Amino acid sequence: MAEQIPMVDYLVLGDDPHLIAHECTTCGARFFDRRNACASCGGREFTTVDVATTGELRSYTIVTFAAPGVPVPFVNAIVDCAGTSVRGNLIGVDPDPAQIALGMPVRLTTTSLGSDDHGVEALGYAFEPAS
Amino acid sequence: MASDDIWILGIHMTKFGKHPDLDTVDLAAQAALGALDDAGVTIKEMGVLAAGCLMGSRSIGQELQKQIGQTGIPVYNVANACATGATALRTAIMAIKAGECDMGLAVGVEKLAGAGLLGAGGRPKSDVNEWTRQGRFGSVAPLDGRVATEAMPGVFAQVGMEYGHKYGGTSFELFARISEKNHAHSTLNPLAAYQKRFTLDEIMGDMMIAYPNTRPMCSANCDGAAAAVVVSGSKLKTLSLEQQRRAVKVSASVLTSDPYQEACQVLPDVNTLTRRAAVQAYESAGIGPEDLDLVELHDCFATAELVHYDNLMLCAEGGAVDFFESGATWRDGSMPVNVSGGLESKGHPIAATGIANIWEICHHLRGEAGDRQIEGAKVGLAHVIGLASACGVHILESSGL
Repeated sequence: MAEQIPMVDYLVLGDDPHLIAHECTTCGARFFDRRNACASCGGREFTTVDVATTGELRSYTIVTFAAPGVPVPFVNAIVDCAGTSVRGNLIGVDPDPAQIALGMPVRLTTTSLGSDDHGVEALGYAFEPAS
Repeated sequence: MASDDIWILGIHMTKFGKHPDLDTVDLAAQAALGALDDAGVTIKEMGVLAAGCLMGSRSIGQELQKQIGQTGIPVYNVANACATGATALRTAIMAIKAGECDMGLAVGVEKLAGAGLLGAGGRPKSDVNEWTRQGRFGSVAPLDGRVATEAMPGVFAQVGMEYGHKYGGTSFELFARISEKNHAHSTLNPLAAYQKRFTLDEIMGDMMIAYPNTRPMCSANCDGAAAAVVVSGSKLKTLSLEQQRRAVKVSASVLTSDPYQEACQVLPDVNTLTRRAAVQAYESAGIGPEDLDLVELHDCFATAELVHYDNLMLCAEGGAVDFFESGATWRDGSMPVNVSGGLESKGHPIAATGIANIWEICHHLRGEAGDRQIEGAKVGLAHVIGLASACGVHILESSGL
């Protein structure tokens, strides 16, 4: 099987793909990107934690006009994953407000970004309806 | 007038729109000279200059001096996203409050006509097709469109949709009707970039940019500048009665940044810093939202205007939809909001916006707003927010003379 890599550092692939976060050991604030110190409390120690793979759709937009090179339409969502807010595209639904309900349950899934010249496939993540 | 009060002595905004024959310095000079003339003073009396041009020159202040007077005063070139103009104004105010001078000039200018989407931007393509990790997320591809929506219309769409999820009552039509109001207001503003009234059907049927924001529900990129002369109360006492009468009191000048909130790493929290700025401003001015005669708030998108009704406490918490539905924010309502036409039709030359909204308030408080005058206006509030984030709130009062 060809090699696969995650699109972002905070996506863990494998049998149970999931997101991870840097959690401040002092106040518990979570960050997906690299941080020098905690934006919430100034703490300087972080531990790595798993983020829930299911959540509730808290907000979204359907982008139909974007920067050059960004395929449209796409649905970008803000998802509450058991108290950790995550942004990601919503797939598996038509990009139609009638098909998308705020509060609906969603779950994490992965999507392929294609392969590079070395045959390495990059996988991103998205959310899809859970019911 | 108390000696330690700060007053706006003169203020000017250029026509917003397309100015192909004027560069940023021309526009800044037009606004600055207009503000000096309006104040009845000259550049020689200015003790400080604060200027901003977010997408252009990093030394707009000195470039401006070369056209209107190199007097050797300290210049602060400021940048604070869409709050750049408010930041320039506040910088001049702080210099006066610090006792460094008794008069100062603040200028904001931008040339943005035809600029397209703001906030979005990919990375340059590499010659070699190989996944390479970049940035703090260690991403192998741009996040925009894959994980995030980075262009502003989508971000502020999510801001409005989040409010709807939390409190209910929002819909595509509701947001479109906010835009309908502002475009209707703009027909009375000859300096607005667009003065066209749209029907609700036209707004909802226009090109969708990021649901629920269609094109007329987005702020208009355009060229423009605005400038203000500020003066200490003690200096104002020495000026003419006419200058004192037209002067507008800065009862509050507040700038905040966004305090940490759980979700702010995935969706900018435009609410908390605005609410904090409003609370500070009301306390500082000794004025409550019920005392306001008009408000200019940062409707960078129709979805943003709704949440700021709540953030500025113009309505009860969670009550923005009912507040708008009551008709309160139309120019003949109990709390007129964006009678200038707002950013959606007046236009949004970024660094100019945070002074242009104050120009609008001053115009009404002086009774000089012509056809769009809010009769008897004595107190107004101007609000801007720029992502990353910075929020400016100013409360202004007429001299009462």
